[in-house]
Amino acid sequence: MSATETSPGRVIPDRLTGPAARVLRSWETLLVAVAVAIFTFNSFASPYFLDPWNLSDATFNFTEKAMIALAMALLVIAGEIDLSVGAIVALASTAMGYALQFGADTPLLVAIGLGVGLTCGAVNGLLVTRMGLPSIVVTIGTMSLFRGIAYIVLGDTAFNGYPESFAWFGQGYVAWVFSFELVLFAGLAALYAIVLHLTNFGRRLYAIGNNPTAAAFSGIRVERTRMALFLLTGLMSGIASICLTSRLGSTRPSIGTGMELEAITMVVLGGVAITGGSGSILGVVLAALIMGLVTFGLGLLNVPGIVMSIFVGGLLIAVIALPKLFLGGSRWRRSPSR
Amino acid sequence: MRKFLASCTILAVSLIGSAAMADQPVRIALLVKSLGNGFFEAANRGAQQAAKELGNVEIIYTGPTSTTAEGQIEIINALIAQKVDAIAISANDPNAVVPALKKAMQRGITVISWDSGVAPEGRQMHLSPSSNALIGQTIIKLAADELPEGGEVAVLSATSTSTNQNVWIGEMNKVKGNYPNIKVVTTVYGDDLADKSYRETQGLLQTYPDLKAIIAPTSVGIVAAAQAVSDAGKIGKVNVTGLGLPSEMAGAVESGASKSFAIWNPVDLGYSAAYLAYELAAKKAQATPGGKIPMGRMGTATLDQNREAAMAEPFKYDKSNIAEFKSVF
Repeated sequence: MSATETSPGRVIPDRLTGPAARVLRSWETLLVAVAVAIFTFNSFASPYFLDPWNLSDATFNFTEKAMIALAMALLVIAGEIDLSVGAIVALASTAMGYALQFGADTPLLVAIGLGVGLTCGAVNGLLVTRMGLPSIVVTIGTMSLFRGIAYIVLGDTAFNGYPESFAWFGQGYVAWVFSFELVLFAGLAALYAIVLHLTNFGRRLYAIGNNPTAAAFSGIRVERTRMALFLLTGLMSGIASICLTSRLGSTRPSIGTGMELEAITMVVLGGVAITGGSGSILGVVLAALIMGLVTFGLGLLNVPGIVMSIFVGGLLIAVIALPKLFLGGSRWRRSPSR
Repeated sequence: MRKFLASCTILAVSLIGSAAMADQPVRIALLVKSLGNGFFEAANRGAQQAAKELGNVEIIYTGPTSTTAEGQIEIINALIAQKVDAIAISANDPNAVVPALKKAMQRGITVISWDSGVAPEGRQMHLSPSSNALIGQTIIKLAADELPEGGEVAVLSATSTSTNQNVWIGEMNKVKGNYPNIKVVTTVYGDDLADKSYRETQGLLQTYPDLKAIIAPTSVGIVAAAQAVSDAGKIGKVNVTGLGLPSEMAGAVESGASKSFAIWNPVDLGYSAAYLAYELAAKKAQATPGGKIPMGRMGTATLDQNREAAMAEPFKYDKSNIAEFKSVF
């Protein structure tokens, strides 16, 4: 009888695992392990991998998409999605190219890129928040709409002849091997991490993603927050468009095709629940890094692009499914809302 | 003695070193618009033939999954990182790949474009499959070769404003004098639409009952014309020729509606591109305006002011080779 009684003074733990175990079993730790594994594999598989300039070139494979993925992560955490980001990139690029024909200089081009991104984000946001339409439906529609406009303006022609100063965004280096795009991405990632993990705004996103009705009853302005997220995603697409256009030095209506799926892949691989309510910026950054390392490493081995897509798809499924299969769903946790 | 041994060792090591250098194959990347396209697979076969002929050449056949400039730039970066000796590209965008290719050239990589060109500042030379003059000469020769007695010939073009067709027909008219028995009676326009080309051909057959051949320098027109000739029961009386794709023309060649037609040969194109890339990368030739660069069995490429060259006249397809190429492109 007395054996079953809890002895006074014994601490009853409020968690099943200690803090160290929690860090070890977190999604981010798994991603770090995968990244290290891929990095090690690549270093042995190709003699050209461990070269600072080559690695610097490799970052261009993911920086622009990863910028969009940062905003996309916030959107997905709040239970929404934006499939039109690639089309926003195309439309913003087309608008910049169009303005160039009238002699726009670099500051104006940047303003136009950002402005078009914001406007497209506002269109998505208004349709979702004012009309109460599901974001997946709205953005499938605007995906065709935005890119359609780019095709009407350009047809099978291209805008080029961007000024030298504009080329710096996509081709310039801040210091040594660190490109402007990489530094910009690192800065933005830090900013997003602070916003998501350390501010009230960030906490509200988890609340909305977990249960929008409960969030509304607890005093969160759900629609206004969602609107802000769509604007943010549009703005980030505008920034990505400026970088990509500057890097290519040319605009075609097919620019940025498939970017939405790559950004969403980074978000999901980064441990953000596609149903909303959980995820971290660190995870998304790690996922972007992994995607960049994988595509560049396979590129060095001259693996054809078709095989590369299969590999990325397989990696995504493996990283998400294997822990569940072998360790049971509860042990490898996605980041809880912090 | 010790010194002597040491210098012997150094000598031996340096000999081994230089021998290893000589054994390093010349690596040429054949970068295409997208993988899984029969045309480019055939070009790769040609490039492999060139590699075998030249010896000590490795062809890296690569390309993105979709025809985007971004995809090609990622691959160019990977190729620069591998320090390949040459990149031969068929570009998805003549301008967007320029910054990446410039970087490749700065790092000592030979860059040429073929098939679909790159702006001059982004490559050392460009190889076109053919030239306007050669195409013009070929289309009338195709018709004349089947008509030793001579006779009436009509042209079925695309639209009256299509630049390519107008230039080709212009070039054809320049050499018309070489075929005194051939009388070009008219030019009609099918607007590159299958049904309009078909009706225009029917019109030709009625207006010119003695018509012996139809020259259609358009891949849409030639198929429609062959169909119209065969539907009118005039196979054997009217020969349809011009420019077409083997996959679309196989039926017409087999039925006899078209005895022969022409288009570039992707195998030869890949062969020539790889050959030229090797000559430039091995520093055996230089890409300068007016320069002449050998390309093996395809002869010599002569560069013009823009460092562009034409490979050859379009390749003739007939009953003897259509079966081989109809599955290619």
